[in-house]
Amino acid sequence: MITPGIVLLVPIAAPILAAAAYAVAGWRRASAWLGAGAATIVLCAAITLATTVSRSPLVGMGGLVRADPLSAFMLIVIGAIALLATAATPAYFAAEIAAGRATARTAARHSLLVALFVAAMSGAVLAANLGVLWVAIEATTIITAFLVGQRRTRPAVEAAWKYVVICSTGIALALLGTLILNYAATNSPARAGLNLAELTAAAHGLDQPVTRIAVALLIIGFGTKMGLVPLHAWLPDAHSQAPAPVSALMSGVLLSVAFYAILRVKAISDAALGSGFARALLLVMALGALTVAATLLLAQRDYKRMLAYHSIEHMGLLALGAAVGTPLALAAVLLHVLGHGLAKAVLFLGSGRILQLTGTTQVEQVRGLAGTDPVLAGCVGLGVFALLGFPPFSLFASELAMFRAGYAAGLGAVITLALLLVLVITAALFAHSGHMLLGNPSPALIEPHPAPGPERSDVATASAAPTPTAITTAVFTAPATTTTLAPASAVAQTAAPAATSAAASAARTPTSTVIVLIAGLLTCAVLGVAAGPLAQLLHLAADTIAATP
Amino acid sequence: MTETLYVQLLDLACGGLLLGAVLVLWRRELSVIIRMFAAQGVALAALVAVLAAHQRSVDLWVVAVGLLILRASVLPLLLARALTAAGPARRETRPLVNVAASLLAAAVLALLAYAVSRPLVALAPSPATQAIPVGVTVVLIGFFVLVTRRRALSQLVGFLLMDNGITTVGFLTTASVSLVVELGVSLDVLLAVLVLRILTARIQETFGDADLDELAELHD
Repeated sequence: MITPGIVLLVPIAAPILAAAAYAVAGWRRASAWLGAGAATIVLCAAITLATTVSRSPLVGMGGLVRADPLSAFMLIVIGAIALLATAATPAYFAAEIAAGRATARTAARHSLLVALFVAAMSGAVLAANLGVLWVAIEATTIITAFLVGQRRTRPAVEAAWKYVVICSTGIALALLGTLILNYAATNSPARAGLNLAELTAAAHGLDQPVTRIAVALLIIGFGTKMGLVPLHAWLPDAHSQAPAPVSALMSGVLLSVAFYAILRVKAISDAALGSGFARALLLVMALGALTVAATLLLAQRDYKRMLAYHSIEHMGLLALGAAVGTPLALAAVLLHVLGHGLAKAVLFLGSGRILQLTGTTQVEQVRGLAGTDPVLAGCVGLGVFALLGFPPFSLFASELAMFRAGYAAGLGAVITLALLLVLVITAALFAHSGHMLLGNPSPALIEPHPAPGPERSDVATASAAPTPTAITTAVFTAPATTTTLAPASAVAQTAAPAATSAAASAARTPTSTVIVLIAGLLTCAVLGVAAGPLAQLLHLAADTIAATP
Repeated sequence: MTETLYVQLLDLACGGLLLGAVLVLWRRELSVIIRMFAAQGVALAALVAVLAAHQRSVDLWVVAVGLLILRASVLPLLLARALTAAGPARRETRPLVNVAASLLAAAVLALLAYAVSRPLVALAPSPATQAIPVGVTVVLIGFFVLVTRRRALSQLVGFLLMDNGITTVGFLTTASVSLVVELGVSLDVLLAVLVLRILTARIQETFGDADLDELAELHD
């Protein structure tokens, strides 16, 4: 039996140790996998915590950290997506360094910051105190600012500036809300302070008008970090400019961590003000986010920005589910957090690979990817299906449950409007990704940018064997078929004599990346079919925030 | 300290805070704006010192000294260094809203702040909480500076004004936010400013001497 307090600190300490190791050792063959190791430890600690806290919450570090089923679930999300992103990092940087776009120093700095980023997110979901939660979330902004601006090009610097200014401003509003809530709490009969558990328990004694101001500021503030309207402008820029593994982490988990803060605030608000106030606020922000995503996705020409707007849509759906607020809706929302994180991580990692192959982020210039790289195209295609909520992926189950709960809660008109917007978004994404994956390969794919050696294009054209029927099977069949494709690609890679040179290995998608993409899709699909032991955790977590007096 | 002296000193410090914010709106020389911001930092530290003397709290005295170091010297120094690095262009050229209109807007924002913070004052009326609207006004003026100025450095000052306002509200409402949170918040603000300072240097490097309006590579 391990001391419970230690398990609470592992998810924060492991990535920090990995960061320290990167600071000392730099980027080497052995240290490249340290980040993935730390993410694995976070995931294992999260699962251990999940089994422990299902009976009673754990408190540690003099009451500063606390884990209940909701924090344990969020930690699992962080661990799982960090594992995907960090496991794809070595191959990503191998290709970047081979193409001369990065150096070993950039890679080491990147891995150090990513490890700190994961530690800050773990700290945020484990915080027992609203103030500490705020500090951790602001820390993620500061750390990721350097990751967004890593490439130092004009768009990257611009994106980083916008990101820090808008997010820090939004988060400053949340700080004002925190201070005002603290004021309300110290003047309430229970004198609760900022401890989340005590505050939620004593919420019915809070002064209502003051709490209303505080809750509005907190939801708008954390909503900024989550990419909801009105302060969402940073999201498409930052997510499209960041390197692929960072985009995967930011889109897959960072947004959800901000959403976690909103869930905590909503629990306090529901107890203090009744469920109407937070619901109205979240509904407006959710519909705003869906509208923004739908209108801007239709004419989007950049595929990384397309994915970013799609994140805004999904955050809108999460806010919608939270607004509904019944235990079923909240369990669905949490499942959606995990499913969206996995699918979005797969897609951002896949699109990062497409960017390395073609050198462009324009949808127009990528055409017929299935002809040149069927494995990558298959993964991206299935990822798009997952993201759009097709069965068997878990997003299908969670979206269905969310909408059903919405109708059951008497929000029929709003849910119908949201469904219409989702339909528009689905059509837009379908058209764009169909263009990229199917059809005749574009010149950008046949003569890969930046074309370091002639053998690279040879490999690309030689592998353009699959017929259109093979492409459709790759895209339309269940993930089981894709797994059988993986060894085939590995064989092709080793069989090609040029595969030993760096240039040729850059032309085919590396095995480790393919494994990551398929693992993400498989997990997402398995979750959609049977949540297994996770179902119990989901319901416990939903109950911790849905418990209305 | 007698009660009347306490109230007078408190109001004086709050007046200083408000004046600092309005002067930032009024002047367009970037170096003057930074000096105004430093003066506002002194007013903020004085406010906390007055509260410390009134409550006879050692912790608050320590916080007051910390604020004086951070807001009245470290942050303005960082800004001033960014300014010298920025070269000859030292004026806020062409703000989106001209000075006269900005000052009128500040008056409207102050009214708004008084309207919004009525429940806050009503919850626990005391000389300190009566001054909450001043803090809220500073927050709003900071936000206004942030959205209407075009120089990276003036936007940064706008962000810091907001932060000063938020800190003011924090100390006027309660002095009992735990020390860990207090430290964390200060550290985050310092780091955010450092990050933005590095980014202004990079903007300088990649865009040359440019208004932020020329940052238009990314849009839909």
